[in-house]
Amino acid sequence: MPESQPRLHDFPGGLHLAPHKEASTAQPLQTAALPARVVLPLQQHIGEAAVPLVRPGDRVLTGQVIARSEGYVSAPVHATVSGTVTAIADQPVPHPSGLLAPCIVIESDGRDQWFEPRRPLPDWQTLDPERLRQRIREMGIVGLGGAGFPSAVKMNPGGDHPVTTLVINGAECEPYISCDDMLMRERAAEVIEGCRIIRHVVQAERCLIGIEDNKPQAITAMRAALGDATDLEILSIPTRYPTGGEKQLIRVLTGREVPSNGLPVDVGVLCHNVGTAAAVYRAVRYHEPLISRIVTLTGAAMARPGNWAVRLGTLVSDLVAGAGGYTPDVDRLIMGGPMMGFALASDEVPITKTLNCILAADRRELPPPPQPLPCIRCTACVDVCPAQLLPHQLYWYARARDFDKTQDFHLFDCIECGCCSYVCPSHIPLVQYYRFAKTEIWHQEQERRKADLARRRHEFRLARLEREKAERARRIRERKKAVKPETGGDDKQAVIQQALERARARKQAQGATPRNTDNLTEAQQRQIEAAEARRRAAGKPAPGGRNEPD
Amino acid sequence: MRFHTYSSPHLTGPNEVGLLMHRVAWALAPGALAAIWFFGWGVLLNLALSLATCLGAEALMLRLRGRPVGPALRDGSAGLTGLLLGLALPPLAPWWVVLVGGLFAMVLGKHLFGGLGYNPFNPAMVGYVVLLISFPREMTLWPPPQGVAGLHPGLLDALAWKFLGQLPVGQGLDSLTMASPLDAVRTHIGLGQRLEEIRHLPVFGSLAGRGWEWVNLGYLAGGLWLLRARLIHWRIPTAVLGSLFVLAMVFHLYDPDNYASPLFHLLSGATMLGAFFIATDPVTASSTPRGQLIYGAGIGLIVYVIRNWGGYPDGMAFAVLLMNIATPTLDYYTRPPVFGERDPDE
Ligand code: SF4
Ligand code: SF4
Repeated sequence: MPESQPRLHDFPGGLHLAPHKEASTAQPLQTAALPARVVLPLQQHIGEAAVPLVRPGDRVLTGQVIARSEGYVSAPVHATVSGTVTAIADQPVPHPSGLLAPCIVIESDGRDQWFEPRRPLPDWQTLDPERLRQRIREMGIVGLGGAGFPSAVKMNPGGDHPVTTLVINGAECEPYISCDDMLMRERAAEVIEGCRIIRHVVQAERCLIGIEDNKPQAITAMRAALGDATDLEILSIPTRYPTGGEKQLIRVLTGREVPSNGLPVDVGVLCHNVGTAAAVYRAVRYHEPLISRIVTLTGAAMARPGNWAVRLGTLVSDLVAGAGGYTPDVDRLIMGGPMMGFALASDEVPITKTLNCILAADRRELPPPPQPLPCIRCTACVDVCPAQLLPHQLYWYARARDFDKTQDFHLFDCIECGCCSYVCPSHIPLVQYYRFAKTEIWHQEQERRKADLARRRHEFRLARLEREKAERARRIRERKKAVKPETGGDDKQAVIQQALERARARKQAQGATPRNTDNLTEAQQRQIEAAEARRRAAGKPAPGGRNEPD
Repeated sequence: MRFHTYSSPHLTGPNEVGLLMHRVAWALAPGALAAIWFFGWGVLLNLALSLATCLGAEALMLRLRGRPVGPALRDGSAGLTGLLLGLALPPLAPWWVVLVGGLFAMVLGKHLFGGLGYNPFNPAMVGYVVLLISFPREMTLWPPPQGVAGLHPGLLDALAWKFLGQLPVGQGLDSLTMASPLDAVRTHIGLGQRLEEIRHLPVFGSLAGRGWEWVNLGYLAGGLWLLRARLIHWRIPTAVLGSLFVLAMVFHLYDPDNYASPLFHLLSGATMLGAFFIATDPVTASSTPRGQLIYGAGIGLIVYVIRNWGGYPDGMAFAVLLMNIATPTLDYYTRPPVFGERDPDE
């Protein structure tokens, strides 16, 4: 089979890392016990947080919508067990800030009773893409590869952007993580069918599935599931971190380079994760919302590493306890992989849609970071940067808080893959500096927008006062001329009307400023903005008002 | 349960500054051994003195600046500076010359700018140039290489000369020293002689200067190992040697009587030490691909110009320092395109 494989391309930089995946792939996929309690954050995706539709005390069924999406770039949340809503309150969530976030808490009744009626769409091939997109939106599906961008939005790039190629990401390049590997091994048919659905939705000419060659079993399973069909192409790609980065994978599979500051669709490509494809399949075929996912439990301090199908909202502590617990040496708990994941301070946080791996490490496996030395400009970081940036220069300017220069040096093209920090002989936490600079720039940008708005309002007010003064003067003149004086009633009404108009305008203007965007990367923000612009252009109201499963 | 939180990435690679510096230091070995073999105990004494001075000065400066001393000494950068300076100095330079050089290298060249990573100039070359300007006579004290008639002092004589300024009984300073090949070429060409005539002087070997050629070949071998081990990039050494070679070739072809052959230039003086070990000092060299090529080519050019028309027999130290000045500008204007900025169909 591999001989029929199309020519692959290369991406710059990158690292060969020890995979550490064997531990968690040694046994088959297991299903975690139904949790007694789930905690479901209202925001498990990029965009606006969902709005609760239930109240404490309400009884809910598995798969029932409990929070509707708010605005276009958003996703609904579904009950992942049947039971009773016990609270809608701020709870710890797996987020780098360590802050609390609003969550819906459900006490399970242990019966796992599903919502009715279920309306599978087995004949999806005959359906309009818009209809399928709506289903995908309603099922709360977001990118399961980590970013969590609402999938339906991503599948609607707008008419001026024809999608020629659909890229399905099964690379899973980060060490330790194996949930996609297991998914492809055990549910290859679902993944394949999901890819077909997505391809139909985005009307792509071809669909390429990229899988790193260190997952031979996944590749075999996927090829077996594809059989003799030729509508999808499964490609074994060389193992190199971060080949699973969106831009890197597109480069490897298609040879196209997503422009700096651009989106994949600019080169006619859309990229979705294999996990997302499987979720899409279940949503369309079985009318099943995104209520569970596969999570890798691994690391030297995880007593029994493995992959688990878990209901969302299960607390990490419950999942780990059910899976054999930690060893006594546990020191660091990482959500995601060792390169891009973030360290959790506590395991009392829920599994969310984007949580793919829990890595429990001891101090031998991941020792505390060594004391950093000054940068010696050795350019080891330059050699491995897949975005072809100059990480040492970025570091220098970020440290000096020269944010304009960091942008000159393309800070926002940095994908935070961590390759630069990994090779740095001075052990400088480079990525930390880039995140800091990005956050600061975002912050300044928001301040500037606010200031702009205030200035515009002020100018508007001055102009209005000016106009009103002129108006008054004119009226006085006219009144003097007039034989019969006018009554002031109309005037007052007009003023009230004006005030109402102004208030409305102001409200609209405020509504347009983004919220909940503090942690977005620029690419994500651009994606949101592009999506919003398309929606406005299409004159469609923001969907999300009604999100009951149909 | 609470866990430690650190920022990603959580994996740390095997690279370490200390390891890097130590490997570079080991790569000096072939050239250094050749130097000791051909130029005697003075080289070894220089190395020891310079190493001690640089390490001492580093520790002292860190103390004065209130920085932890241990980790900085372990990073190996001061030691490497000491070795490079020690190898660059004339073997018969008196002890205080080495001491002054080491102090200037570490204090002026490094710590006044903020220490490792912040120094715009190569510290060893700062020390060297200070000495060249302040003590021009002492900086010419090269002994005749092994295999050339002349006095080859043993360890005791070398020590006596270096520390006490005592010449072996009945000898003048002249019998201890001999002009280096580069110096010889300068002087004799200045006197109107043709290269053809000078070639027969005992100081010349089969390729370039006797002894010097082997020392340079030694550094070349070490440098190639550095390249193989990916501890340095090919660009700077290639550009230094390439531009020196091309220039020497052009002038040599044009007027072989007055301009030495490219091979002579490549294997003389500090060419190989400079190209592989000094110009590649990451802190002070350009860090972009195109910048490194320009940086290296600039060094080759300046070396050639100084050797032929400047006031000194060799010009590696000046060339490196001059190009150090250009580094920030080079880096800024040679920024490579980032991913997604190139033409994908290139
Ligand atoms: S790898 Fe580290 S020390 Fe080397 S240039 Fe990059 S930031 Fe500086
Ligand atoms: S983290 Fe950013 S700067 Fe560092 S290697 Fe990755 S993309 Fe380049």
